[in-house]
Amino acid sequence: MKPAAFNYARPKSLDEACAMLAEGDDVRIIAGGQTLVPLMAMRLARPKRLIDIARIPELAFVRREGDTVVIGATTRQCALEHDPIVRADVPLLARVLPFVGHAPTRARGTIGGSLANADPAAEIGLVAVTLGATLSYREGGATAEIPAAEFFEGPMMTALSATACLTAVRFPVWREAHLGTGFHEINARRSDFAFAAASAQLALDGDGICQRLALGIGAVTTVPLRLDGVSDALIGTRLEESTVRATVTEALAGIDPMSDLHCSADYRRRAAVTLAVRAITDAAKAASRGAHVL
Amino acid sequence: MSFEALRIELNVNGETRPVEVEPRTSLLDCLREQLLLTGAHAGCEHGVCGACTVLIDGTPMRSCLMFAVQADGYAITTIEGVTPGPGELSPMQDAFCETHGMQCGYCTPAMILTAHALLANNPAPTRAEIVDAISGNICRCTGYAQIIEAIVLAAERMRRLNQPASQP
Repeated sequence: MKPAAFNYARPKSLDEACAMLAEGDDVRIIAGGQTLVPLMAMRLARPKRLIDIARIPELAFVRREGDTVVIGATTRQCALEHDPIVRADVPLLARVLPFVGHAPTRARGTIGGSLANADPAAEIGLVAVTLGATLSYREGGATAEIPAAEFFEGPMMTALSATACLTAVRFPVWREAHLGTGFHEINARRSDFAFAAASAQLALDGDGICQRLALGIGAVTTVPLRLDGVSDALIGTRLEESTVRATVTEALAGIDPMSDLHCSADYRRRAAVTLAVRAITDAAKAASRGAHVL
Repeated sequence: MSFEALRIELNVNGETRPVEVEPRTSLLDCLREQLLLTGAHAGCEHGVCGACTVLIDGTPMRSCLMFAVQADGYAITTIEGVTPGPGELSPMQDAFCETHGMQCGYCTPAMILTAHALLANNPAPTRAEIVDAISGNICRCTGYAQIIEAIVLAAERMRRLNQPASQP
């Protein structure tokens, strides 16, 4: 469990980091290292050079911008867990963060690192896809954005090229009065890698009718999935459990779940249905209490 | 292509320790092999077991998931740094001995450091909070019950120590 040899650089700015990335030759970015270092220890990753962006000040921040909350890529997961802006304006992310790894890995792991390494079981990627977040990156001198749903391409694979650096992620803020969130996952031990996970955020009107719904499942297929078909079918209803279950079951009939030592594809599909129903039910309960709380 | 060793200074248990390390050397290996601080244990070496936990600026982190070259500028505390003096034990260490919160001892330094960090922020944790705090540390002997007992006992004692003498 020792990584292969590499050289180490710690640029002082994003410009300098991007220039180093452009030099190429098996270069990889490291920030918190909580996904990358295990991969290197198992020699599934063998970069020749690591560029440590963890201490670049311009990459760690949380701020409101219009109807969005923007979070810098190297913002630590533990900082976000307790951040007042995240708790108030991106309640689904705040709800899910305690499930990301363990406290000691959240103390070092970053939001951008979790996204950029694209573990299919990662909860942060699931929330980004569920809420329709947008990811910003720099490549050379140019800045670009990509929707979370297009960012993930497979296990540990993203649309970013090896010379790009993820810089921030932008979450839409929901302003509805009756807002609720729900999240459930199944794993072997608390906070271990999920075998299946589901997250939901929804808004009800004053009469309990669903006005808006975002639902995603993670750890089931090779990338997190947003289930817009379910949202379309359930908006305008009272989210009765039987309707929700039937809609989710139908939506997940056509997906292609992963199968491994821990659980079969069939198990993952069934678990995803149940977890999605629970996530929606929890979110609806929270929303009907009128509580914009976790 | 050659891979260069780097000279860095680490602040470990309040002392500045200059070391020369290859970039691929984990903080764990640097502590154990170069600084001879063998209290942090190498278990899985990929972040699962928690046996290598040290405190970085007072927060428990995995020293196997951090390269030594990333650790300069932080205050690093290992189990060797929590004793009040040579030959003495911290109240937490005492409590682990008294309640049999350890058997083989492999997970113990990490458990104790994690418990110290918990009590530093929360002097009266509930059982659920204790379980959550140590959930990232695997113990294969005790079944965790005596470890929880130890942390409860140490918390109780440390709270009492911090009260004025006139109170019962």
